[in-house]
Amino acid sequence: MSDVRPAGLLIDHVSKDLGGRTIVADMQLEVHAGELTCLLGPSGCGKTTTLRMIGGFLQPDAGQILIDGADVSTLAPERRPTAMVFQNYALWPHMTVFKNVAFGLKLRKLPKSEIRSRVESVLELVGLTHHLHSYPARISGGEQQRVALARALVLEPKVLLLDEPLSNLDAKLRVRVREDIREIQQRIGITTVFVTHDQDEALSISDRIAVMSGGKVEQYADPRTLYREPATHFVASFVGAMNFYRATVHDGAIVLEDGTRVPCDGVSENGGGTLEVGIRPEDVTISANGDGAEATVLREIPRGHYKELVLKVGADEARAFVSPELAASERPRIRFTRAVLYRDGSLEQ
Amino acid sequence: MSAIEQQGVALGGLEQAELPVARATRKRLPTPWTMSMRLLGMLLVVALLIFMVGPLAWLMVRAFSGLWQFPDFLPRHWTLQWWRSVFDDKTLAHSIRLSFEFAIVVTIMSSVICVPAAYSFSRFNFPGRRVLLVSLFATNAFPKIGLYVSMAGVFYTLNLMGTFWGVVIVQLIGTIVFMTWIPAAAFSSVPRSLEEAARDVGAGPLRVFFRVTFPLAAPGIFVAMILSFLAAFDEAQGTFLVGIPNYITMPTEMYTLVLNYPEQAAAVFSILLAIPSVVLMSFARKHVMGGKLAEGFQIR
Repeated sequence: MSDVRPAGLLIDHVSKDLGGRTIVADMQLEVHAGELTCLLGPSGCGKTTTLRMIGGFLQPDAGQILIDGADVSTLAPERRPTAMVFQNYALWPHMTVFKNVAFGLKLRKLPKSEIRSRVESVLELVGLTHHLHSYPARISGGEQQRVALARALVLEPKVLLLDEPLSNLDAKLRVRVREDIREIQQRIGITTVFVTHDQDEALSISDRIAVMSGGKVEQYADPRTLYREPATHFVASFVGAMNFYRATVHDGAIVLEDGTRVPCDGVSENGGGTLEVGIRPEDVTISANGDGAEATVLREIPRGHYKELVLKVGADEARAFVSPELAASERPRIRFTRAVLYRDGSLEQ
Repeated sequence: MSAIEQQGVALGGLEQAELPVARATRKRLPTPWTMSMRLLGMLLVVALLIFMVGPLAWLMVRAFSGLWQFPDFLPRHWTLQWWRSVFDDKTLAHSIRLSFEFAIVVTIMSSVICVPAAYSFSRFNFPGRRVLLVSLFATNAFPKIGLYVSMAGVFYTLNLMGTFWGVVIVQLIGTIVFMTWIPAAAFSSVPRSLEEAARDVGAGPLRVFFRVTFPLAAPGIFVAMILSFLAAFDEAQGTFLVGIPNYITMPTEMYTLVLNYPEQAAAVFSILLAIPSVVLMSFARKHVMGGKLAEGFQIR
């Protein structure tokens, strides 16, 4: 399994209409060889349609899909060097686990002994060494997931496609399986496109994340950049939590619309005019030395390893993530440690 | 029937489960409500038994009875003479063979014609799809005899009256609806993603059909074939109209039997006519409902 030569994937100005509605609009995306890219977005943003076009289940109306530099846009799914893990796993209920995984190899008319050894090694890779002769209905959801992954990997595809593969698992298992998927992906170095609507999932396993909305890529960046410098208002609110204010920047402080002045690190005198200011809740801090803007605690929400405070600052609200041990007074003073500024919906550099 | 029985059992079980508790506290009879519910359940079971098994029992007794007159609950004499007369009659034996021949030919032809149609109805959206699908019911919407009479007119000009294929066509008509609708539903119940997954690992469209779609839809198709066989086997009106005098099958023979023989011979014959239905139905139950495939359909 380790001799898969990684291949790059390029989605080049691809558009797709379905039922008279534009689902994917002039999309541009490059996935480097061996990279795991997440397509992240709300339902209806075009992420699954994009994945199905890569897999060959839909034809693009315009544009090209290139794998390793070769145009595959018009090839049928069976002729593409891609393999898909479906949302419901799509295991064939009338075949055993072994036969499910071996089916593609049988179609390629490989000798029986080779089929056997390849199926066994791929099942070992995904961590499924028993149940070989069980029917899919008789094994658990997590195991079905592994069979689906094994079935895709056994053919040594150039690109692995995963369509919300974890949405049918319970929360605990989801975290474990996603780590396993990432581990396997890195071990064999396979180029992977992973579709999800769960930002937590995307942030924890991706090399890069493409946030999609309305058939377009809003931002394509590594998880850290995406979180710290969300390019648009949409990305900022979809990935993680964000406080938004209409405000101006003046003399090292954010001046809210009602005139409340909140000190903020890392902002300088700005060109002026009203901006949209985004503050991550963890960047709202309760100052110990008594300077900062006056705030009122509206609610305290315990979140386990941290505490969420809902504060009133001037006429606005601010959500703050603070240490659970912090005993905040009812009228603390707050400051911002970091701000992201937007002018007309896009990031101010 | 079994549901009612189960209800009865459940009520009985409840009673037993409560009893030790009741004894422990104070001796208490079942409440009038549970008593009357149990009684009602039992009455329903008995009524159903009489309704369903009664005529069959009468038929069985009749087939073996000699003299059986009004005040007697059971026949005075028992005899095998009616069975002998049915089996000795050459035309009757011939009609039994003929019935099986027609049923088999009609089932095969119906599958060949209707299963591909069913697949198309289930998988493709072509113009007129709904109209065609609903119009299949047209043959069942009118009194059959009217349809057959007008068919006879056409058959005369085509020289199909009294021919083997004429009878096949007339029996085929009655099987088309469920030979299309049931397999169509079976095909529709195969999730598309299973077919896509097969394409994904390298199977072409034909291979996907034979390795994935068809095996998964097979139980439904099998049920439709059994129903089709039985419908052809039991078809009497059209077969009578088109087939006589050359092709007399078991059901059409019934007309003659009822008119010309004593009642007992007809009873023997209807038991013979029922055997294939009973055998096929129990076979279908065992192999389709209880099979591995049925429990395998867990895909969302």
